Amino acid sequence: MSAPAATGSTLDRVLGARVRRAKGRRRVMLILVALIAVVVVVSLMVGQTFYSFTDVVRVILGQDVPGASFTVGRLRLPRVVLATAAGLSFGMAGVAFQTMLRNPLASPDIIGISAGASAAAAFAIVILGLSGTAVSLVAIVAGLAIALLVYLLAFKGGGGGSRLILIGIGIAAMLDSVTAYVISRAGQWDLQETLRWLSGSLNGASWQQLAPTLLALVVLAPVLLGQSRNLASLQLGDDTASALGVRVERSRLTVLVAAVGLIAFATAAAGPIAFVAFLSGPIAARIVGPRGSLLVPSALVGAALVLVADLCGQYAFGTRYPVGVVTGVLGAPYLVYLIVRTNRAGGSL
Amino acid sequence: MTHNHTLVVDTLSLAYGDRTVIDALDLAVPSGRISAIVGPNACGKSTLLRTMSRLLAPRTGHVLLDGASVHRMPAKELARTMGLLPQSPTAPEGITVADLVGRGRQPHQGIFSRWTRADDVAVADALDATQTAELADRAVDELSGGQRQRVWIAMALAQQTDVLLLDEPTTFLDVSHQIEVLDLLTDLNRSKGTTIVMVLHDLNLAARYADHLVALAGGRVYAEGEPAAVLTEDVVRVVFGIESRVITDPTSEKPLMLPMGRHHTRDAGAATRHEEPT
Repeated sequence: MSAPAATGSTLDRVLGARVRRAKGRRRVMLILVALIAVVVVVSLMVGQTFYSFTDVVRVILGQDVPGASFTVGRLRLPRVVLATAAGLSFGMAGVAFQTMLRNPLASPDIIGISAGASAAAAFAIVILGLSGTAVSLVAIVAGLAIALLVYLLAFKGGGGGSRLILIGIGIAAMLDSVTAYVISRAGQWDLQETLRWLSGSLNGASWQQLAPTLLALVVLAPVLLGQSRNLASLQLGDDTASALGVRVERSRLTVLVAAVGLIAFATAAAGPIAFVAFLSGPIAARIVGPRGSLLVPSALVGAALVLVADLCGQYAFGTRYPVGVVTGVLGAPYLVYLIVRTNRAGGSL
Repeated sequence: MTHNHTLVVDTLSLAYGDRTVIDALDLAVPSGRISAIVGPNACGKSTLLRTMSRLLAPRTGHVLLDGASVHRMPAKELARTMGLLPQSPTAPEGITVADLVGRGRQPHQGIFSRWTRADDVAVADALDATQTAELADRAVDELSGGQRQRVWIAMALAQQTDVLLLDEPTTFLDVSHQIEVLDLLTDLNRSKGTTIVMVLHDLNLAARYADHLVALAGGRVYAEGEPAAVLTEDVVRVVFGIESRVITDPTSEKPLMLPMGRHHTRDAGAATRHEEPT
């Protein structure tokens, strides 16, 4: 064989495929952003009182509109912003975990990290009487501790993938019971609060409550995005990643801390909105294809999921359901499907 | 053409717990040649390769690339000079051949820098060199074992390193694909001067394809040099613990080892029938 010089046809082929995919990917992301924008606006318009599109826009622009300024600006807007921020956080952190651990089941809401953050947040509020950023900090410490615990238990004596997931599911169940216990100790028993910490809810969102979530998103999302190339290499196995110049341990730790941080701050404000972290990555992979980083597409899918689910939960049924109940209904069948499929394929969990 | 590089293993020792796997091993890899490391199971050959590519940290000693310890130099810098194809890399579900090969460009890219034309050219070159251009848009999980291995080699080629380490690149392949992979690596060495170091299971293929054969025993280099000098009946006896005949392969003029067991040798039949229990 002679020295290979990129023959025109192969180069054209590589280049053509890449440009086509990049275009397709950009189009899908634009559609997602448009969908999010539409759902945001609709969520701001509808409710017990209907406000027109112009009223909503004027409120967002900071003008004083009688009635709408309070209802839209103080009640609906924080709720919608929290839905978007939590969706972005869950979507991005979830796919980071799934990519890093090379398993769609290894998302933080399946392996107990969200449940840990939630139990800690409930404990901080109900038992310790904390609020605001303090709650988020307790949640992130708990999230990291649970991540470490699952990791240590799973890798003690080897094993890897399926062990990690089964241990995580067990720990998640334990932590849910802690949450239930903490709530039962609360002074007045509040169904809404219970649901927030068990399945996630946007009820009662306020600017003060969502500020730490927004801040965490602004700080931690770029950290994760900076790891997107390393994540792509880690997917090929630790040895290959290392051969490609990735410092495997350091990179994994960075991803872990940033992703747990996103989960914990979002959970402290909205609870562990069921299955959003778990579902966003696979949906994003389905619609943009496996090429390239899924961090941004998955974040957008997460935001769209939470927004649409909350809108449905509030108005599609006779009763108002918290957002986590709706996403739970979507997520559970997919979880079952995934487990059935992996077992049928003969793979381990 | 590639640059010359010195790759030297200097009194390297490594142990798993109490078990010493590599014991004060010295090795100088000839630049621009194909070296094959052979030895019985658990002789430390994979461990040596993994330490050379810094997947494992030595207990004592150094691996020096152009005089600098590979365990101390920046990871990306090392990855631009020396590549590694590990024994069982994993391909993400659904990834296409071109995308997987593109992952080899990672050490040449910054955190947020964009994909450039140079990256496309490197991927196209790698696909052409491995004759996988036709597969570019196929999913890696649909390919046969031989095709898949060529794709992984293409990924390592897209990394454009002057030194390439391979850990048993022919395992799990049938004989035609083994030959195909080794021919491909020889093409790469002959056309670009890439220094190749590979761990091989098959002694005869190692002797045929290597310019420099390294036989390990007990965590040390027992013999190294030209295959004809290394692959002898004495070396096989010490390193692998079996009797053998070594003849000259009529096609390649390289040494060919014929292992002898207790059966199927010219006088083994008689021996097994009449031998008294000792």
